[in-house]
Amino acid sequence: MFSIEHVTKRYGTAVALKDVSLRFEVGTVTALIGTSGSGKSTLLRMLIGLDWPNGGQVMIENKPLLPDERLLLRRRVGYVTQDGGLFPHLTARDNLALLPRHLGWRPAAIDARAGELAGRMQLPPELLRRYPAELSGGQRQRVAVMRALMTDPDALLLDEPLGALDPVVRFDLQEQLRQVFATFSNTVILVTHDIAEAAFLAGRLVLMRNGEVVQDGPPEDFFTRPANEFVRRFVSAHRELPTHQT
Amino acid sequence: MKSLTRFWALGIAGILLCGSALAAGETLRIGSKNFTESIILAEMLRLDAQRQGLPVEHRRAMGGSAILWQALLEGSIDAYPEYTGTIRRELLHDLPGGAGADELAEALRQRGIGISAPLGFDDSYALGVSEAQAVRLDLHTLSDLRAHPELRFGLSNEFMSRGDGWPGLIAAYGYTPASVRAMDHGLAYRALDSGAVDVIDLYTTDAEIRNYRIRVLDDDRHYFPSYQAVWLYRLDAARRAPLLEASLHDLAGRVSLQAMQGMNAAVMLDQRAETEVAGDFLGIRDTGGQEAGAWSRLWQRTLEHLRLVGISLGAALLIGLPIGILAARVRRLGQAMLASTAVLQTIPSLAMFVFLIPLLGIGARPAIAALFLYSLLPIVRNTVTGLASIPAPLLESAAALGLPYRVQLLRIELPLAARTIVAGVGTAAVINVGTATLGALIGAGGYGEPILTGIRLGSVPLILEGAIPAALLALLVLALFEGIERVLTPRGLRLPARQ
Repeated sequence: MFSIEHVTKRYGTAVALKDVSLRFEVGTVTALIGTSGSGKSTLLRMLIGLDWPNGGQVMIENKPLLPDERLLLRRRVGYVTQDGGLFPHLTARDNLALLPRHLGWRPAAIDARAGELAGRMQLPPELLRRYPAELSGGQRQRVAVMRALMTDPDALLLDEPLGALDPVVRFDLQEQLRQVFATFSNTVILVTHDIAEAAFLAGRLVLMRNGEVVQDGPPEDFFTRPANEFVRRFVSAHRELPTHQT
Repeated sequence: MKSLTRFWALGIAGILLCGSALAAGETLRIGSKNFTESIILAEMLRLDAQRQGLPVEHRRAMGGSAILWQALLEGSIDAYPEYTGTIRRELLHDLPGGAGADELAEALRQRGIGISAPLGFDDSYALGVSEAQAVRLDLHTLSDLRAHPELRFGLSNEFMSRGDGWPGLIAAYGYTPASVRAMDHGLAYRALDSGAVDVIDLYTTDAEIRNYRIRVLDDDRHYFPSYQAVWLYRLDAARRAPLLEASLHDLAGRVSLQAMQGMNAAVMLDQRAETEVAGDFLGIRDTGGQEAGAWSRLWQRTLEHLRLVGISLGAALLIGLPIGILAARVRRLGQAMLASTAVLQTIPSLAMFVFLIPLLGIGARPAIAALFLYSLLPIVRNTVTGLASIPAPLLESAAALGLPYRVQLLRIELPLAARTIVAGVGTAAVINVGTATLGALIGAGGYGEPILTGIRLGSVPLILEGAIPAALLALLVLALFEGIERVLTPRGLRLPARQ
C-alpha cells in the first residue's frame, strides 16, 4: 500500500533519512528496527504526512501523496504511539468514538464495534467507561490499539507501542498483537528497538542506522546472514539468563 | 459544531441588544458637571421634566466643561447647565469679544444648540481671602492684592489653565506673587482655613464662603466676565419633546444667588441629597426611582456595574478567544497579537477614556470599550498558553486520527485548554469589576458614582457605599469563575494519574 522513493529528511543540519526507498505490501507485517535516532519513527510519521520529506516521494497505492489528501489518508490508517495518545478528558469509550462519530456512525454501532474489539484485546468492557487516568499502562495501550482499529483501517502503523510497559504486561500484549495482526489482512508497519519483539511479530524486518537501511529481509536472515558487523552486534546485543545446572 | 455556532450567535445578539438599548433616543438625557451646583441644577430640570411627564434621566458629574460640551454636540446628552462666561471664553473661541446675547444665541444655533434665559444668579469666578487676613491687610478689591506679593495663592487646576482664569488675571492686575500652587478646589478652603495658603479662587455661589468666613474681593477692573447660569440644550431634542422647552422656561429667573448658595450649603455642609434639595426648592417630590432608597439605588448601581462588566467581558471573550486560537496556530501572528494587547494594558484607564470619548462619546459606551480592551490580554494570553501547553504527542495523536481541524479544536484542544482559558476570563472579570468604578468619571454609572461623589463631598460613608459593593462583587466573580473552572474542567483531567 505504501512506498517511499529516494526520501530524504533533514531537521536543521541533522539528517534523519538519507535517500531511502522501501515498499510495504498489503497483507504483510513489517518491523522497522534500529537504535534511537536511526530515522525509523520519522519514516513511519512520513507515511501519513505527519512529517514531510525534503526530497523524494511518498507514494500511496502508487500515487504520490499530496498535502490535501492527508486527512482522508489518515482516516484509512490506524496509528498508535508509545504512550497511546489517549485524550485524558474523554473516557476510553469516547476516545474510541471520536472518528466513527465524525463519520456518522450511530452510537449503537460504535458500542458494538468497541465491544467486539474489547473481546479481541481481552479488555473487560466495563473499563471502557473509565478515563485514561483510571486505567493501567497496559489497559491504555489496549484501548489505543482498539481506537486505531475502530473503523477497520487499510493499514495499522504502530510507533513503539509497547515501549513504555513493564516486561510482564509487554509479554502478554505481544501475544495479543500477534493475534490481531494474524486476523488483520491489511498492511501493518511496526516500529520497535527490540529485535526479539520484531521477530516475534513481523515477517519482515528493516534495520535502520543513521537514516539509512542497513538490512531488509525475513528475521532469520538477520541471525544467519547479517549484512555487516553492525547487524551482527545489534542482533546479539542482549543478555542470556545465567543457566543453573542441577 | 452546532453548539459553537449557537454560542457565537447568542453572544453577538446579546451585544447588539445592549447596544441598541444604549442608543435608544427616546429618553431625554440631562448632564451635569462634576460639582455640586451643576448636579443640583440638573436635578431641578430632571424633576421638573418628570413632573411634565417626560421620560428623563440625569447623568451625574460627567466631567468638566469640555466633556459636557462635547457630549451635548454629539447628542450623548440633550441639556446641561452652563455659564455664559464659560460659553464665551471656553466653548466658542471664535466669538468676537464684544458679542452680545443675540450673537451668542446665533452662534450656538448654528451648532444646533439652544440657550435658555438666565436662571437668575451669577456664579462668577472670584478670589477670596480669610476675613482676618482681609482686615489685617485692609484688602477689599483685587487691585489691593498687588501690593502684597508675599501672599501665597492656592488655585484650582481648572482656574490655573482656563483662558478666563489665572493667566489673564495676572495680566489684568499685574500680580507678581511669590508662591502659586495648584490644588483641588475642595481642598483649597481647608488649606485657606489652616493658613497653608492666603488667597484662593472660588465661585461666588460656593457654600463655604459663609462657613469659613471668607472675604470675596471685588473685581474692580471687571476682569471676570459674567457667569450667568443658563441651560444649553439640543434644538432637535426640544423639537422632539416640546415639553422640554417648557421645563427650561419654568426654571428661568427663579434661582437667586442666595438661593443657590443655600442649596449648595445644604448639600456640601448639611450632607443632604442633591435631589432632595432641588425638590424642596421646586416644591415637588421625586417620583422617579433614581434616588428612591438606599437599596434600590444599590440595586440600580449593581445593574449598571454588571452591565459594564458583562458586555465588555462577553465581547472580549467573543473576540479574544478566536484571536487566541489564531495566535496559538500562527506563532508570528501570536507574538504580534500578544504584544499589542499588552500595550493596550499599559494605557492608564483615564487616558484610555480620553482616547475613546471622541470616538464613542461619554457614558457607558466608552467605558465598555475600555474594559473590553483591558480584558483582551488575559483572555488572549491564557487561550494561547492553554493551547500551547497541550503535550505534542497528544496533538500528534489528534492529527493522526484524520479529524478536520475544526473538530480537533472543539473536541480535543479547547476542552484540554478549558481550565487555563476560564482562568484568564476570570482574571479579566475581576480586573473589570475594579476598573469599571472609574467609568463613573465619564458618566457610565455603577459603583464608581458614589465613590466619586464621596470624594467630591469628602464623605467616607459615600465612598464606602461604592467601594464595599465593588469589593464584594469582585469576590463573588472570583468565586463564580472558580466554580465555572471546576465545571468546565473535564472529569478526566481532575483525576490523579495512575501507573
